[in-house]
Amino acid sequence: MTPRLCTGHKLRFDQVRGAWVLLGPERLFLPDEHAVEVLRLVDGVRTVDGIVTDLAARYDAPSDAIRSDVVDMLADLSARGAIRL
Amino acid sequence: MTGFPPPMGLIAELTHRCPLSCPYCSNPMELERAAAELDTEGWLSVLDQAAEIGILQVHFTGGEPLVRRDLVTLLARATGLGLYSNIITSGVTLDDRMMAALIGAGVDHIQLSFQDVDPSENDHLGASPGAFAKKQAAAARIRASGLPLTLNFVVHRGNASRIPQMIAMAEELQADRTEIAHVQYYGWGLVNRAALLPSRIQLEAATVEVEAARARLQGRMVIDYVVPDYHAARPKACMGGWARRFINISPSGRAMPCHAAETLPGFSFPSVRDTSLNEIWNQSDAFLRFRGTGWMPEPCRSCERQEVDWGGCRCQAFALLGDMNATDPACELSPHHAVMQAAVSESESAQTPFKFRRMTKQDAAQPELAGS
Ligand code: SF4
Ligand code: SF4
Repeated sequence: MTPRLCTGHKLRFDQVRGAWVLLGPERLFLPDEHAVEVLRLVDGVRTVDGIVTDLAARYDAPSDAIRSDVVDMLADLSARGAIRL
Repeated sequence: MTGFPPPMGLIAELTHRCPLSCPYCSNPMELERAAAELDTEGWLSVLDQAAEIGILQVHFTGGEPLVRRDLVTLLARATGLGLYSNIITSGVTLDDRMMAALIGAGVDHIQLSFQDVDPSENDHLGASPGAFAKKQAAAARIRASGLPLTLNFVVHRGNASRIPQMIAMAEELQADRTEIAHVQYYGWGLVNRAALLPSRIQLEAATVEVEAARARLQGRMVIDYVVPDYHAARPKACMGGWARRFINISPSGRAMPCHAAETLPGFSFPSVRDTSLNEIWNQSDAFLRFRGTGWMPEPCRSCERQEVDWGGCRCQAFALLGDMNATDPACELSPHHAVMQAAVSESESAQTPFKFRRMTKQDAAQPELAGS
């Protein structure tokens, strides 16, 4: 499974808020820190496995725990039409 | 960054001019003329300031934004500043050349409005023969360009039964997003309310259709649904709350928390010609007056939903009760909730024809002739 942002969605850093924002057609999301870590790895090339491995290595955490968080978050954004799985 | 969080969106009403004449147009009854419009420099400065104070999205709208000759210049500035740029258009003038220019300027998203899925009804409502075919061509152009496509259908008593066909057409045109938006009863919509308001049964049937389509299309097409609150138990959080998310700029440069706010008495809305967006957002009386919960009367004052719907819509309270400080009568807890039911009954028995939107005679006359 290779997640990518849906057409018209952009992740960018907002200097004024000092935070990442996900912008789309007449909608926007203010993702929390964890979601931002995942979203920054959603590039249409990395698979879900790839994202989990990357995060597990970075946080030195068991990949099973990370996987369920990542999958939940991606499923939620996919249901809201921001990510295609 | 101090004080209130920055606004999210700028609604840039570039002009009130439009080739169509929809009877539910949300523009005010007194349409502003071309000569009164803010010029290119004025809008460019607004966009620069918007980015500076933390606005993330710009919605170029009108009237019809494509009639502004400098639209592409403004769009290029907005996208250059990193502002996510939406264009909200009726699409009748969106030809190949315009499409290429918008893409060249980096447009992020186009929302295309349809008056109906039935071609002759569509053209009748917009009072514009041939409009439907032009809109379909515009939809195909947007799709072919690779941009995300939103179709917007304005729904009312006369076409609510065709919602399934509207959604089918959106699927056929491969829209990413569809808005099924019931008419909101402000401006021209309020004038034509008796002819437009759906019955409760109609509204319930419409909602069932939308829910079913949403479930079927989940993950493929987003469907946003806006209902009229005449049949509701609680009001909408109008604009996400007064002056919490948006700054709306009228064609002549007046800044308001929502496009209908000009109807409210005793306000002086600041102009971007002489006041900065920062001052407008953080200091102007117009923006601070109903922000938050401090202004609220009962029953809102002791209600647990006060930060959910922010007491509903000020313009609706004024339009229906003559009191902008009152709880929105759409709320069942309002002592004046009966006015909503009265409006529904009135429209159920009405056979009123539409009053199409138009510039008034006075507006159209040459000012020099006025004294003669
Ligand atoms: S509602 Fe109709 S008349 Fe009003 S701006 Fe939109 S297309 Fe034009
Ligand atoms: S009483 Fe006021 S705050 Fe409570 S639901 Fe009604 S409008 Fe909203």
